[in-house]
Amino acid sequence: MSNYKEITTNGLWKNNPALVQLLGLCPLLAVTGSFVNALGLGMATMLVLIGSNVVVSLIRNAVSDAVKLPAFVMIIAAFTTCTELLMQAFTYELYQILGIFIPLIVTNCAILGRADAFASKNPILPSAVDGFMMALGFMLVLLAIGGIREIIGNGTLFADMHLIFGTGAESWKLELFGSNYVNFLVAVLPPGAFFVAGLLIAVKNMIDAQIQKRQAALKAKPVKGAKRVRTTGKIA
Amino acid sequence: MSLMRPSSPHTHSASSISSTSSVMRTVVLATLPGLIALTHFFGVGSILNLLLAIIFCLGFETLALKLRKKPVLFYLGDYSALVTAILLALAVPPYAPWWLIATGSFFAIVVAKHLYGGLGFNPFNPAMVGYVVLLISFPVEMTQWRIPAIEGLGYLPLLDSLNAIFAGAHLDGFTSATPLDAIKHNQGLTVEDLYATHSAFQSAKIAGTGWEWVNIGFLVGGLYLLYQKVFTWHAPVGMLAALFILPVFFYDGGSSASAGSPFFHLFSGATMLGAFFIITDPVTSATSTLGRLIYGAAIGALVFIIRVWGNYPDAVAFAVLLMNFAAPFIDYYTVPRTYGHERAQSALRKEDEH
Repeated sequence: MSNYKEITTNGLWKNNPALVQLLGLCPLLAVTGSFVNALGLGMATMLVLIGSNVVVSLIRNAVSDAVKLPAFVMIIAAFTTCTELLMQAFTYELYQILGIFIPLIVTNCAILGRADAFASKNPILPSAVDGFMMALGFMLVLLAIGGIREIIGNGTLFADMHLIFGTGAESWKLELFGSNYVNFLVAVLPPGAFFVAGLLIAVKNMIDAQIQKRQAALKAKPVKGAKRVRTTGKIA
Repeated sequence: MSLMRPSSPHTHSASSISSTSSVMRTVVLATLPGLIALTHFFGVGSILNLLLAIIFCLGFETLALKLRKKPVLFYLGDYSALVTAILLALAVPPYAPWWLIATGSFFAIVVAKHLYGGLGFNPFNPAMVGYVVLLISFPVEMTQWRIPAIEGLGYLPLLDSLNAIFAGAHLDGFTSATPLDAIKHNQGLTVEDLYATHSAFQSAKIAGTGWEWVNIGFLVGGLYLLYQKVFTWHAPVGMLAALFILPVFFYDGGSSASAGSPFFHLFSGATMLGAFFIITDPVTSATSTLGRLIYGAAIGALVFIIRVWGNYPDAVAFAVLLMNFAAPFIDYYTVPRTYGHERAQSALRKEDEH
C-alpha cells in the first residue's frame, strides 16, 4: 500500500479519521467551539501524528509484538509532550484555552490506530505521508466544525487568530451578520458539536451515495448484441 | 405498489375520538382555557406567538415532508405539527422576537421529529426540544416575561407588540421576575413576607399573579382531555403527586430558606401544562400504566429538584427530556401481564428464552 495517491484519498476522504473512522471524537467535539481552537488542536495533532508515524516506522522491525502497543504509546506520549512544551513556549494563551485536550492527544485513537495499522507495516516515507494526510483530513473536519460553530454561535469567523499568528492577525476577524447578531449559544455549547458533526457525516454519506449512483449508471451500459428476455405474455 | 405506513396509534375509526387527527384536535381545543388565561394576564403576545408558531411549524413540516418525499396533506392532516406549534407557543414568553419562534419551530419539527423519522419515531418531545434549545441559546429573550396586566400596567398596544416581535424593540422596563424566579432568589424573607412585598405575588392567593390562573386554565383543559379519555390518569397523577409530596418535606414552615409550599409548586410555572399536555404524549412517554405512573412521578421529582437546587427557575422541559431518555428503560421493567399468562413476562426472561 505504498501508493501515495491512495494514501491521500484515504486520509482526506475515504477513510477520514473523523468522518469515517469516527476516531478522536473527544477533541473533535470538545475544542471546536471556534476556528482558532480547531486550528490549534489540528496542528498539534498533525505534529504528533507525523512524528509518531515516522518513529514507529523506524523501529517497526525492532520491537516484538508483545511490547508493540506500549512502545507506540510511549512514542506518542513523547511527541505529545514535545508539542505541549512548544505550545507553552510560543502560543501560551492558546495552550491555556485548549487546556487538558493537548495532553489528551496521547489518547487520540486515530494516532495509535495509524501507528498500528499503517506505520508498523510500511517504510518511513509512506508512513510520514500517511500521517500527514490523516492529520490533514482530521484537521479539515475540525476546521469545518469549528468554523460552522463559530459562525452560527458568535456570528464571527477567524476571531482571535492572533493567538496563533501574532498580533498582525487581530484584524482577520470577520463580523458576518453585523453587531446586532444575537449569539445562538447552543452551537458553541457541547450539543452544537454533536449537531454539526452529525450533519457533516450525513453530508459526506450523501455525496458518497451520489457518486456511487453516478458510477453505477455509467457501468450499466447495454452490451452490444444482447437480447431482451421476454417475461410477459404467452410463451409458445 | 408502495403501501402507506402511518405511525402509531393504529386505531381507525372516523367517528369516535381515537384516530390521531381527532385526538390532536381535542388537544388543541383543550389548550383554550390556558391560552385565554395567558392572554388575559400577558396580553395579545401569546396569540401572536401562536400564529407565528403555527405558520413556522406547518411550513417546516411541509418542507420536511417534501424533502422526505412523503404525501404532505396526509401527514399535515394528523394535526401533530399543529399541536407541537401550540405547545411551543404557550411555553415561549409573549412578545418574543419572531426569529425565536422560527428557530424553536425548526428544532422542534425538523431536528427533533423528522430527522428521527417523523411522528411515532421521535424519542424526544418535539416541542420541548425546541423550547430547551431556545432556553439554553437565548437566555435573555427566553426569560423576559411581561408584568401581568393586573398590576396596574395595562396591555401592550398592538403596534408596540408588533414592534417588539418584528423590529426587536426592547421590553426591559415592562418585564418582571416570575414567581419561580422570586422564590429562587429570595434571600432573608419568610414566604409570608415575600408574598406580601414582592410584585410577582400581588393579589395572588397561592402561586403568583396570573400564573395560578394560567395553571388552573391548563388544569381545566387537562381534566377535559381526561374525561374524553385522550390519555389515562397515570402520568399526570404521578407527576402532580410527586410535585405535591416533595415540597411538604422542604417547605420548612415558610422560612426564608423555604423551597415553596406544595400548592405553590402545583400552580406555578409550567406544572399543569406539563402534567396534562406534555408528559402525556403517547410517543415519547412510557407505555404501560405502571410505567406511566413511574415516568410521571420521576418527572415531578426532577422538576422539584431542578427548580429548587438547579440553575433554572423552571424545569418541566428539562425533566421531560431527561425522562424521555429513560422511557424505554422503564418500559423494559414494566411489561404488563398479557392475557393467558399468570404473571407478567419480564423483559429479561424473554431475552433468555430465545
